[in-house]
Amino acid sequence: MAFASFNEFLAMGGHGPYVWTSWAVTAALLGGIVIHARSERRQLLRNLQRRARRERRLAGGRAPVSHQRGGHVDDT
Amino acid sequence: MWTFIHKLGSPRWFYAISARLQPWFWAAAALLLLVGSVWGLAFAPADYQQGNSFRIIYVHVPAAFLAQSIFVAMAVAGLIFMVWKIKVADMAAAMMAPLGAAMTFIALFSGAVWGMPTWGTWWMWDARLTSMLILLFLYFGVIALRGAFSSRDSASRAASVLAMVGVINIPIIKYSVDWWYTLHQPATFTVTSRPSMPMEMWLPLLIMLLGFYSFFIALTLMRTRSEILRRESTKRWVRDLAAEEA
Repeated sequence: MAFASFNEFLAMGGHGPYVWTSWAVTAALLGGIVIHARSERRQLLRNLQRRARRERRLAGGRAPVSHQRGGHVDDT
Repeated sequence: MWTFIHKLGSPRWFYAISARLQPWFWAAAALLLLVGSVWGLAFAPADYQQGNSFRIIYVHVPAAFLAQSIFVAMAVAGLIFMVWKIKVADMAAAMMAPLGAAMTFIALFSGAVWGMPTWGTWWMWDARLTSMLILLFLYFGVIALRGAFSSRDSASRAASVLAMVGVINIPIIKYSVDWWYTLHQPATFTVTSRPSMPMEMWLPLLIMLLGFYSFFIALTLMRTRSEILRRESTKRWVRDLAAEEA
């Protein structure tokens, strides 16, 4: 342990603001990147499922709907 | 060998294989970053000249390494995409760019903060700092180019070309401290020669470095899988898979 007490650890021998700003910005960015990647994936899966449900409805509800496999259903 | 590469190049294969690799890299990243942070912040001895401000090195150097490595990886992926038309390479390259920009920003920001107590200034137009700033703008350029085309293929090719041309900046960054007189100290971290700092300072730096690289690999795997879902959303296997993962 390079520090005698927790307060000394926070003070970083007077360089506390510099050390902690650098580390905090890094941690915040890395954390934000992970959160973004997770929500991106969830969102994509949700969209795919929503589209699958709609297609099942279209296919099951009416008489055979001509829709090409692999093509776009008109949505955005 | 070739069949292996082409299988890996198929989005479906990549999606399956990366699912198995991904957790290991996340676990490694979490463990290494945790150990490295605690060791670097609390246990490594203070520098005899810089005191405790040197602890910025544990985020600064890994971020700077990764910023450059990601650009090289992006250029290589661009080359693979241009030569062999492997789409997964382009998807991975597209996902690397924002992380590379973030790493460049961390390196520049922590460097500026570190410069204040050490050099008495937060910015100098010297070779190392300027070439890193150019790297940041190159990342912005690659990201902007992807958004500037209505055709995905044109966007991918333009971004690949810029990455391959821009990679010339990497050796300039690396050797800037030797070629020009700069404030920035020469490389403090090498794996090839004996470390110039004591073991108790160098080991946590190595651990942080490996942690950052694991993070990069894990995130790129994860986001490339997302990109596959986005770009291949009309493919049958993607639809089936989305139904399964509901």
